[in-house]
Amino acid sequence: MASSDVAQQLDNSARPLSLSGHVGFDSLPDQLVNKSTCQGFCFNILCIGETGIGKSTLMDTLFNTNFENCESSHFEPQVKLRAQTYDLQETNVRLRLTVVNTVGFGDQMNKHDSFQPVVGYIDRQYETYLQEELKIKRSLHNYHDSRLHACLYFISPSGHSLKSLDLVTMKKLDSKVNIIPVIAKADTISKSELHKFKIKIMSELVSNGVQIYQFPLDDETVAKVNTTMNGHLPFAVVGSTEEVLVGNKMVKARQYPWGVVQVENESHCDFVKLREMLICINMEDLREQTHTRHYELYRRCKLEEMGFKDTDPESKPVSLQETYEAKRTEFLQDLQRREEEMRQLFVQRVKEKESELKDAERELQGRFEQLKRLHAEERNVLEEKRRVLEEDQSSFNKRRAAAQLLQAQSLNVNGKKDKDRKNSGFM
Amino acid sequence: MHSEPKMELVWSEVNPSQSNMSAPQHQHPPGKVAPPGAGDFSYVGIDAILEQMRRKAMKRGFELNIMVVGQSGLGKSTLMNTLFKSNVSRKSVSSTPEERIPKTIEIKSISHDIEEKGVRMKLTVIDTPGFGDQINNENCWQPIMKFINDQYEQYLQEEINIDRKKRIPDSRVHCCIYFIPPTGHCLRPLDVEFMRHLSNVVNIVPVIAKADTLTLEERDSFKQTIREELRANGIDVYPQKEFDEDADDRMINEKIREMIPFAVVGSDQEYQVNGKRLLGRKTKWGTIEVENIAHCEFAYLRDLLIRTHMQNIKDITSSIHYEVYRVRRLNESNGQPNGQPPNGQANLQANPQDNPQANPQPQQANGLAAQHQVLTHEM
Repeated sequence: MASSDVAQQLDNSARPLSLSGHVGFDSLPDQLVNKSTCQGFCFNILCIGETGIGKSTLMDTLFNTNFENCESSHFEPQVKLRAQTYDLQETNVRLRLTVVNTVGFGDQMNKHDSFQPVVGYIDRQYETYLQEELKIKRSLHNYHDSRLHACLYFISPSGHSLKSLDLVTMKKLDSKVNIIPVIAKADTISKSELHKFKIKIMSELVSNGVQIYQFPLDDETVAKVNTTMNGHLPFAVVGSTEEVLVGNKMVKARQYPWGVVQVENESHCDFVKLREMLICINMEDLREQTHTRHYELYRRCKLEEMGFKDTDPESKPVSLQETYEAKRTEFLQDLQRREEEMRQLFVQRVKEKESELKDAERELQGRFEQLKRLHAEERNVLEEKRRVLEEDQSSFNKRRAAAQLLQAQSLNVNGKKDKDRKNSGFM
Repeated sequence: MHSEPKMELVWSEVNPSQSNMSAPQHQHPPGKVAPPGAGDFSYVGIDAILEQMRRKAMKRGFELNIMVVGQSGLGKSTLMNTLFKSNVSRKSVSSTPEERIPKTIEIKSISHDIEEKGVRMKLTVIDTPGFGDQINNENCWQPIMKFINDQYEQYLQEEINIDRKKRIPDSRVHCCIYFIPPTGHCLRPLDVEFMRHLSNVVNIVPVIAKADTLTLEERDSFKQTIREELRANGIDVYPQKEFDEDADDRMINEKIREMIPFAVVGSDQEYQVNGKRLLGRKTKWGTIEVENIAHCEFAYLRDLLIRTHMQNIKDITSSIHYEVYRVRRLNESNGQPNGQPPNGQANLQANPQDNPQANPQPQQANGLAAQHQVLTHEM
């Protein structure tokens, strides 16, 4: 698949040429590798499995460190995911490893949507990457890639077949992430049972259409190994960080009264195979598959869901840009139309209110006038009355004055008579 | 529905001494499952990723696009042939053997597949015959700028497709070699104009062509003048000062910057010198050896371009020049002059409308105007 791409690309109007001397561009892969080494690598693993199945122990064993995980309880109400990031270094290679564990998977009474948080988490990582990629000012080269590159699915060692929870979950995840199924706690299964178990699992996966990760066969240097390993899937693993003295050396192992299970002994379990495949040989391929297959699928679905298409009805290729612009102008036009409508509505209502107001005002004015008239009339009447009153008053005053005058005169006459009498009396 | 996963970022720097991860006793060759040695439990194998990456890169092959710009007769084609030790120039490909100077600038690009020690490369040489050859050379840089931007555009269109190819074919110009004629005086206005416009969109490597006409002193003073003129005009040629990543980088690049522009001589003919067959130019007064650094600086140019900085050139093109173009282009098409959100993404966001509260009615008597206001707010 990849080789035909390359061949096609190189043959595209290019003619092969032979060099007559040493040019020196064979150092190009070295330059590339040096640059990547400076930048560092990142790798993200998702471990799905029931509580207590040995996910954290296996991670510790795989990467030869102690990731300081505490035991989770069995009473989680919902499945959660816990992500932890570590910086590891081996010789001159720096690796930023993120291990995401499910917490409480398979513990609930009702497991019908146990896979939801997992799917949600995976999609969220793709979404963040997509957002970063679509930004105008983006920094993809410094971006910490949090997309999950590998998913280890821990199958519990019943010896019979897959559980329905396993099938459902793997079916939901197979188009989103590279699934590598492993049989956990493989020291509880005997060799013959293991063989039958593996066959049963693989046939169940195939018959249910679950696409697990196949180790790539296109590179000749590793094709042979990968083919063999593909036949050993799922790997039966045992994890242990404790060391036990076997012979004259300390090995990672689990000690039982009846014997010692050595983790790195290929006849005891498939741990070494898992490590080879996951880390030593195919890590880069896992990252590439995540980016070119799963992420592209997510991106395509997401963009199509948002309404973008690559070809419009007249089957002319339409770019994302054009579609986006078309949608944007359409949206803006719609917005403008609605704004116009609202504005017209507003104007209309204002007009209505205004005419109402005008009517009210007119009415008020009318009443005011009327009141004024009434008032004026009353005032006139009052004026009239006052005038009459004043006339009365003045005539009364006159009469009183006249009466007083008369009285005064009469008094004078009487006073003179009295005086005369008085005067005459004395004489 | 489902709770947020708790992200615990534990930055535990685990170095070899602490973690029992030791250096491997032997390199694991790819494809062979080397069994862990007797005491070798602690080897995890993370560094095998380098090997995996190398394998994948070799399988994919590499691409390089070089543009050569300069007046005709400066030896561009010969230099290309010398650099890549084969006939990569357009002259060897074109069917018409006669030389003609085109009336306008043409852009001709030829691709070759070359291979060396298992490393395959698709080399594209983009030639610009007609540059600087007309009587009126104003805006001669425009067709070239347009070509470079077209390549960016093509890549951008491919990148924003919904259904995109697994590997987007990279036709972006990684490096532009600009040929300065060996006048010995200073840069001509044509040179300054071209480099000024193009140094912001592509990595420019200026070279002094046909340097065998300059003596060493003339060469040094010429170079000095050129460097000063470049500085005076604010032209930043490769390796650009602003893209130095760390102190080591800066140190290496400073050495290079002290030497540019390289004074080069090209040749595709071999002569016998001191018992060895060397590429050179034979004249009556001596033979100029192309790869002898006492004679000319071709070897430095070749080392810079090919042996040490090729990946860096490609990286700067893709992560800086291309991104600048992309930002500009996406901003243009989002192009309203007022208030666009800085991350113009694919989710269409509504712009805040202009004020619908504009009160178009004239004011009336004061008491009634107050009522207008109240009503407006109600609505």
